[in-house]
Amino acid sequence: MEQKSTQDYLKAIYALSRNKDLVSTTEISKKLDVAPASVTEMLKKLSEEDLIKYEPYKGSILTVIGLREAQKILRKHRLLENFLTDVLHIGKDKVHSQACEMEHALSDEAEESLCRLLKHPDKCSDDGNTIPACDLPFSSCEECISLHNQGLEEVGKRKENLLALSELKNGQSGKIQFIRGGHSVLQRLLDMGLTPGTKIVLLKAAPFEGPIEISVRGSKLAIGRGIASKVFVEPLPKENP
Amino acid sequence: MSCDENKANGKHITVALAGNANVGKSVLFNQLTGSDQIIGNWPGKTVDRAEGSLRFEGYDITVIDLPGIYSFSTFSMEEMVSRDYIALEKPDVVVNVLDASILERNLFFTIQLMEMGVPLIVCLNQVDEAKKKGISIDKEKLEEALGVPVVFAIATRGEGLYELMGEVVRVANEKPPTKPLSYHKDVEEKIEKLQSALEKENLDLKYPSRWVSIKLIEGDSEINKIVGEKSAVAIDTAKAISAELQCSYEEKCFSIIAQERYALANSIAASALQQNEIWSSSSDKLEWLTTHRVWGYFTSAGVIAGLLLWTFFVGNALSGLISEGLNLINPIDPALSTTQPILSIILNGIWDGIGAGLTLIIPFVIPFYLLLAAIEDSGLLTRVAFMMDSVMHKMGLHGKALIPIILGYGCSVPAIHSCKIMETRRERLLAAFAITFAPCSARTIILFGMVGLFVGVQWALLLYVIDVLIIFALGRIAMKAVPGKSTGLIMEMGSFKRPSAKVVFKQTWARTKSLIYVVFPIYIIGSALIQVLFALNVLTPISDAMAPLTVWWLGLPAIAGVLLILGTVRKELILVGAIAILGTTNLMIQPGGFTAVQLVVIALVAMLYIPCISTMAILGKEFGWKATAVITGANIGVALLIGGLAFRLLTLLGL
Repeated sequence: MEQKSTQDYLKAIYALSRNKDLVSTTEISKKLDVAPASVTEMLKKLSEEDLIKYEPYKGSILTVIGLREAQKILRKHRLLENFLTDVLHIGKDKVHSQACEMEHALSDEAEESLCRLLKHPDKCSDDGNTIPACDLPFSSCEECISLHNQGLEEVGKRKENLLALSELKNGQSGKIQFIRGGHSVLQRLLDMGLTPGTKIVLLKAAPFEGPIEISVRGSKLAIGRGIASKVFVEPLPKENP
Repeated sequence: MSCDENKANGKHITVALAGNANVGKSVLFNQLTGSDQIIGNWPGKTVDRAEGSLRFEGYDITVIDLPGIYSFSTFSMEEMVSRDYIALEKPDVVVNVLDASILERNLFFTIQLMEMGVPLIVCLNQVDEAKKKGISIDKEKLEEALGVPVVFAIATRGEGLYELMGEVVRVANEKPPTKPLSYHKDVEEKIEKLQSALEKENLDLKYPSRWVSIKLIEGDSEINKIVGEKSAVAIDTAKAISAELQCSYEEKCFSIIAQERYALANSIAASALQQNEIWSSSSDKLEWLTTHRVWGYFTSAGVIAGLLLWTFFVGNALSGLISEGLNLINPIDPALSTTQPILSIILNGIWDGIGAGLTLIIPFVIPFYLLLAAIEDSGLLTRVAFMMDSVMHKMGLHGKALIPIILGYGCSVPAIHSCKIMETRRERLLAAFAITFAPCSARTIILFGMVGLFVGVQWALLLYVIDVLIIFALGRIAMKAVPGKSTGLIMEMGSFKRPSAKVVFKQTWARTKSLIYVVFPIYIIGSALIQVLFALNVLTPISDAMAPLTVWWLGLPAIAGVLLILGTVRKELILVGAIAILGTTNLMIQPGGFTAVQLVVIALVAMLYIPCISTMAILGKEFGWKATAVITGANIGVALLIGGLAFRLLTLLGL
């Protein structure tokens, strides 16, 4: 059994926590193919580093810092997979392991250049998973492009952790921070009231990668999963009714 | 201006109804003008503008119903239609219809109308529905914030319409100025700077200059083109100004402007609206059921299958009653056939045509349209679209495409017309292609009248299922054949409501009346003509010429050739013609009639083989003749292939 890095654990917990609040140790053990005892040990270590919240016998969940780390590495991984398949035309069976190796060495600067080179992809071409948003403080890709053309220097980092609309859980609310994609998608969404800073609530998601239904500015909208994975929100804490 | 004054002095007023989709513009329009524009609880029914008129306090008022849109900023056909009508044809009054439950989002469009500086009245519709949701709106505060008159209305019940028309007359006469609302100081400065630059250029633009300035800052390509043709300087100024704005906000201008409008809409809504607590209502339960991860599919399937079952069982019962009634009368003297054979044939043909229409067509079409109107009015269609989105993606479409396809169960022509709710030409074409295979009411009549009645309901329903599978398979092939990308679904989910009996009956009448006025005479004349031609043996050469296809490949009786030709005019004529030629409604009469296998095969072929003439006409109009020819060819090819295979398979199985 090979040694798994901190980042592998974070990725695994991120992937497993899509539809639940806590991820069990057994699940992580299965996903990473590591003995449960070693997993528990690692979880304790991650918990000390404040990357996860770990409750013995119940499970663990990523902290804000852990989520940020996981998204960063997944973003690099999926961008690299797209690069390897779409630009270098490397066989799909080989890209995953290569991307796993490369992701740790990819600098943030190279990550952003890769994103622009690939024209801001929203999905991993290998498994169709959403590529997390970047951590630059933009509200749309168009801003990134225009600032880059003007010679983008230091723009700082985004403070919030973002989730795609499609990653929210039923009943969860969020504030729109970033919309990926070109002018026409952006314009359609803006017209329907999804402007940056707007609060939305995810009402429900249809099965089989169907659309999601959100409530925004007093109206209910159905949004296809493809577009929903382009709209990124800052998840808001649950309000007590 | 003088022209407008003349219109008012001549006691004539033009009013345009504008607003978001599904807020009740067409309901209001129908109430005001007594027209029967198609209405329903899903966004995008009105795709072209409709016109009607009324008299009010001595004025001749023309009302224009514009398609529902959310903004003037993207480049859809509906937005262009509305924008050009309002800006260029300058109606005396624009009535902006709002859904009171969704005030903020609706105000986003109101603000854009105000940018145009048009004489405006805000009509807050569906205040009863809003009240049920615990929303109360302060009319005075809203009027004060907007600076235009506000009228409350419940269009479905006709409430508030008298007051609305009173305001229309007042605004048309007094012409109070509509003052555009101001944005944040720095945005406002840029708009004013560009506006004064434009006014100095004196470009004689037909659009109001403030509005043009905003559109130029937003980077609207159409307005850029129009202004660019007159003055390159103006475009350069606009570009410089929007670059400044972009720099200071670090955002794209169209996004800045949209955010400004929404900020305004939000503060106006917040000042005028009060949200009270409410309890979950029965519509919430319906909502839960129709979009549930398991039950949602059952309700979706139930909507589609239920529509057909209902049509068959109610239609069948009605058909039985009517034919018993008709059997009691026999207006044509049998003795006539010996004295005046030709006259007797004509009279018999006429009588058979009337009989076919009354017993086979009317009883099926009316129940179908009744239930369809109820489904449309309830809001179920958007839920079906929501649930079926992922399936439709497999055909290169999204969930909304299911709405025109379900309408295609009624008639392909309006269904293809309503494909305009799809965003791109490719999606409209793919949806229209699917519709040409959808079982329209004419095909339903053939299916039930030929297969359901004589072979068995289960066979008719099986053919439906096969049809749906064929549509899906061909949809996938078409998606691969037509290049382009698919857009995603963005659709408003209106609230559920109890279908109104008045709307349902009116809608059904609107859809059936052309059948009675135009199509019924075709049946009667067609039936008489066929009987005469048949008696004179004119049809035999045609049937013989088509025999290799009809008799050898499809295994049908020789008369099928003539029937299939007749069916290109209207598909029901296949059934009407068969009755006329056989001289009886018993299609299985021997010799000369059909066997069970032949009935199934001819119904299957009839369902697929060609779009009728009216459908081809609308396809040609919307997509051009080349696309129409390809679609028609695909229809014929598929019908012959499947019909021939079905004949051999069914014979083998020994049906």
